Amino acid sequence: MSPPPPLPRWADVGLIPLINVFAALVVSGIVVAIIGENPFEAMMVMIKGAFVYKGSLGYTLYYATNFIFTGLAVAVAFHAMLFNIGGEGQAYLGGLGAGLTCLLLDSMLPAILLVPLAIMASAGFGAVWGAIPGYLQAKRGSHIVITTIMFNFLAASIMVWLLAGRLKAPGQMSPETRSFSENAELPFIHDIANALGMEMARSPLNLSFVVALLACVGVWVLIWRSRLGYAIRATGHSTKAAEYAGIPVSTIIIVTMAISGGLAGMMAINEILGVQHRTILGFTSGYGFTGIAVALMGRNHPVGIVLASLLFGALYQGGAELDFEFSTITREMVLLIQGLIILFSGGLAYMFNKPLAHLLGALLSQRDRTSHTEAGQNG
Amino acid sequence: MADLWLQFLLTIDATLRVATPLILCAMAGIFSEKSGVIDISLEGKMLMSAFVAAAVATLTSSALAGMFAAIGVAIMLGLLHGLASITLRGNQVISGLAINILASGLTVTVGIAMFQQGGQTPNLARAERFRPIELPFAEQLGGIPIIGTIYREVISGHNILVWIALGAVLFTAFMLTRTRFGLRLRAVGEKPEALDSAGVSVARTRYLALIIAGILCGMAGAYLSTAHGSGFVREMTAGKGYIALAAMIFGKWQPRGALLACLLFGFLEAVASRLQGVELPLIGQAPVDLILALPYLLTVILLAGFVGKAMPPRAIGEPYIKER
Repeated sequence: MSPPPPLPRWADVGLIPLINVFAALVVSGIVVAIIGENPFEAMMVMIKGAFVYKGSLGYTLYYATNFIFTGLAVAVAFHAMLFNIGGEGQAYLGGLGAGLTCLLLDSMLPAILLVPLAIMASAGFGAVWGAIPGYLQAKRGSHIVITTIMFNFLAASIMVWLLAGRLKAPGQMSPETRSFSENAELPFIHDIANALGMEMARSPLNLSFVVALLACVGVWVLIWRSRLGYAIRATGHSTKAAEYAGIPVSTIIIVTMAISGGLAGMMAINEILGVQHRTILGFTSGYGFTGIAVALMGRNHPVGIVLASLLFGALYQGGAELDFEFSTITREMVLLIQGLIILFSGGLAYMFNKPLAHLLGALLSQRDRTSHTEAGQNG
Repeated sequence: MADLWLQFLLTIDATLRVATPLILCAMAGIFSEKSGVIDISLEGKMLMSAFVAAAVATLTSSALAGMFAAIGVAIMLGLLHGLASITLRGNQVISGLAINILASGLTVTVGIAMFQQGGQTPNLARAERFRPIELPFAEQLGGIPIIGTIYREVISGHNILVWIALGAVLFTAFMLTRTRFGLRLRAVGEKPEALDSAGVSVARTRYLALIIAGILCGMAGAYLSTAHGSGFVREMTAGKGYIALAAMIFGKWQPRGALLACLLFGFLEAVASRLQGVELPLIGQAPVDLILALPYLLTVILLAGFVGKAMPPRAIGEPYIKER
């Protein structure tokens, strides 16, 4: 077989992700059908649950907020060819940073000071939790994938230990901190809208969503419009070339992992400052891993990541609706879809690429030929 | 004193039981990683086969049928991983991760649809499980101090899969160092082009490694749900696949080292569960969560080269592209 012509960029960025999602949905649909439910009905329930019902869009965007942060985290590391699968642990520790700040200062500082401080603390704790594996990779040669996996478990152990011990609110059973004062809360969007005189259904969507969008802009500027971003991308393309060009590769690896961890850590502001108003056990619930799917789907670009986050937000919110409508299929269905999307867009990435390139190549050359003959006839 | 000795023996006994799935998975990891394929999908393969083993054991009333089905499904997942990472030359870490997430979703989804118990399988009856095997004269010899008690408490009373796991270590060591296949397997993980120029198929060797890994993971899963436990519970592997991965690295990709690491990690878990809620002198409540985190911490320290040096196979993670 002749090597296919290179896939046009619009197809790689636009078409391939759609094909991947479609393939994942088809396979999950088959599973639903085997279970004995109607996959199209399930699909409708999910779409309605994600967009149509009152307040559902707010929920979708609330989930999307988490995924934007964790997706950006994975993407930034990817640009330096680092595979950060420690987003889960970094986000978890981010929750510790935000929680500690609020526990210490929520009776002293007004919201205008406390909230930014808590956001910085969540980013800072996440950054440290990302920078250590970065350091170990850059200076000690341990593999970042393995170290970040281990750091996820270490973060979980630390959090269980603290939340069931030192940080547990006195006189209660569940492993969580006391509730913070109102000074530590990021306002809900529906409250803001109502204050401005707009009707809006209640949902956990809060100001973190705006922070997430700002982070997208920040990452875009960082990666494509800054000196550091250039160094990050150069390191990712070729470590040797970057080194030769005088880029301090080790430092770049550590800094990239710190930024990546910081972004993952900021996921905590949505859950802790925005919704729970206390640090609870297991609030990350796998969103760090979803970030990998989001980054893969979004082709490591902020715009793509926002779109992919919306998709996953809709999947999570719609998936929650499955629990109510069906007795046999539950929100775990979403994990299945997520796994399949990661499989198709990551592991099996080249399965659709080649055939599509062949197909497009054939179509395009045919069009060229017809336009040529037309031109010939006219001329 | 006698009581303390018994406590110690019971902990060692528990260590063996906890370490069994780790050992099986770590050997599986050695097979795939020695061949150059990163395998973080141990967790997913084990979870999936734990579910299938329990489900099939319930339906057929046979633990053995459950295990063979579990092995089958683990091999299928291994082949999927192979398709992604060998044939299509995709990212091996991503493929493994996808399998883990897939297994999380699929086991619960299918479990709820099949048994309507929130993702669990029904409790298994005696015949549907692997039973402990009491060795001959365990009770009579148990009266003898030291040796007799060791025989009764530690050596006797394990199910067949514990013995298979220990056998798997010997098998792995023998395969890797004493057979032609083992030599090829190691070569394909270090320098695939050398094997290719000798006329041996790189892809075939790697696929075979993944199939063997699947068999071992399948048995690990069957052990969890039909031998150690009596039924499948959602997320029942709870990170054991990753601990096995850590043990394999800790053991420097060698069967003997990995076995010792599995026993060490198993011992830590056994100790932690014995210390649950126990007040210790000086430190108060035993820090069980921190003891459970030690395997991860030790692995990080080892990988960072602070104690010895763990060298992965050289060609690991790199898809092989045949020269034209």
